[in-house]
Amino acid sequence: MSMAAAIPPFETFYEEHRIEVLRFLGRRLGRNRAEDAFQDTFLRALRAYPRLEHGDHLRAWVLTIASRIVLDESRKRKPAGELPEVATEESWHPAFEELAPLTEGLPPKERAAVVLRYGYDLGYDEIGVALGSTEAAARQAASAGVRRLRKETT
Amino acid sequence: MTDTVPSVLDERFRAAAAAEGLLDVAYDVLADTPIGALLVGVTDHGVCRISFDPDPDGELETLARLHGSRVLRSSAPVERVRRELDEYFEGRRRRFEVEPDIRALPAYNQRILVELARVRYGSTTTYGTLAARSGNPRAARAVGTVMNRNPIPIVLPCHRVVGSTGKLTGYAGGLDRKERLLRLEGAIL
Repeated sequence: MSMAAAIPPFETFYEEHRIEVLRFLGRRLGRNRAEDAFQDTFLRALRAYPRLEHGDHLRAWVLTIASRIVLDESRKRKPAGELPEVATEESWHPAFEELAPLTEGLPPKERAAVVLRYGYDLGYDEIGVALGSTEAAARQAASAGVRRLRKETT
Repeated sequence: MTDTVPSVLDERFRAAAAAEGLLDVAYDVLADTPIGALLVGVTDHGVCRISFDPDPDGELETLARLHGSRVLRSSAPVERVRRELDEYFEGRRRRFEVEPDIRALPAYNQRILVELARVRYGSTTTYGTLAARSGNPRAARAVGTVMNRNPIPIVLPCHRVVGSTGKLTGYAGGLDRKERLLRLEGAIL
């Protein structure tokens, strides 16, 4: 049995992930919009922090929040009537709320990979970074997760 | 490629986190006081920590355990304590207005620290006297332990507590600092 990691003081968590979050947001939104999104991401993380149950996968967790902010940003920006690219993606991929209960039974790493890939449309390179492993391992974790889900649902 | 988070962005987040009331503890390091660097932590209820060891790692863990995990460096909430400490070190302040937050401590420690807070600027008392005032004259040694673990030195003036012979005895921040503070207050020459 492995012990779950302790939840670090927020300062430690923030110092560890802030550069990666800013880079991630910069790639998705461009530099200027990334700055507001940066603050929103960590304020949202701060609000949710007391509800964390353990300190595992905090990178994946904060990148998930950042992805959510990117989606919200993109929705705000698209004028009505125009078919938003992200919304199209979303109609292909279930949102996190739908994926969360569905993936509950998966091992943590597979679950994170599935949610980040199909819930947030992150690339395997980004998921690899988020999980602290490689692109190939992220791809493998996501497909193992999907296989397991198919088995469970059929 | 971004190598660092620009400091404007970093400070803006830290200020917003405090302004939105999202922190359990805001802390800052006062780098150059006359007795060296001090780490100061505050909660919504007042100042909860003054540490002579400004290396935050172990310190942050302790703050998180006692007060909650949302511990973040943020200078604005610490500003008032910083100002009062500056005035104190310049000899322009004899008592602190900022409230000490000792809620996280055991009731026994709280009782003794409340007595300690009554020891006036420029005076000294002994461990035995403080023990008697807290209801148990024989608990001088226990009082010594509580002084040694005082989380808010200077504001809660454990430097004003000396041995029964007038000897300075111990201080968590080192005897040099204790002597310096008592000298500043004119309690010793």
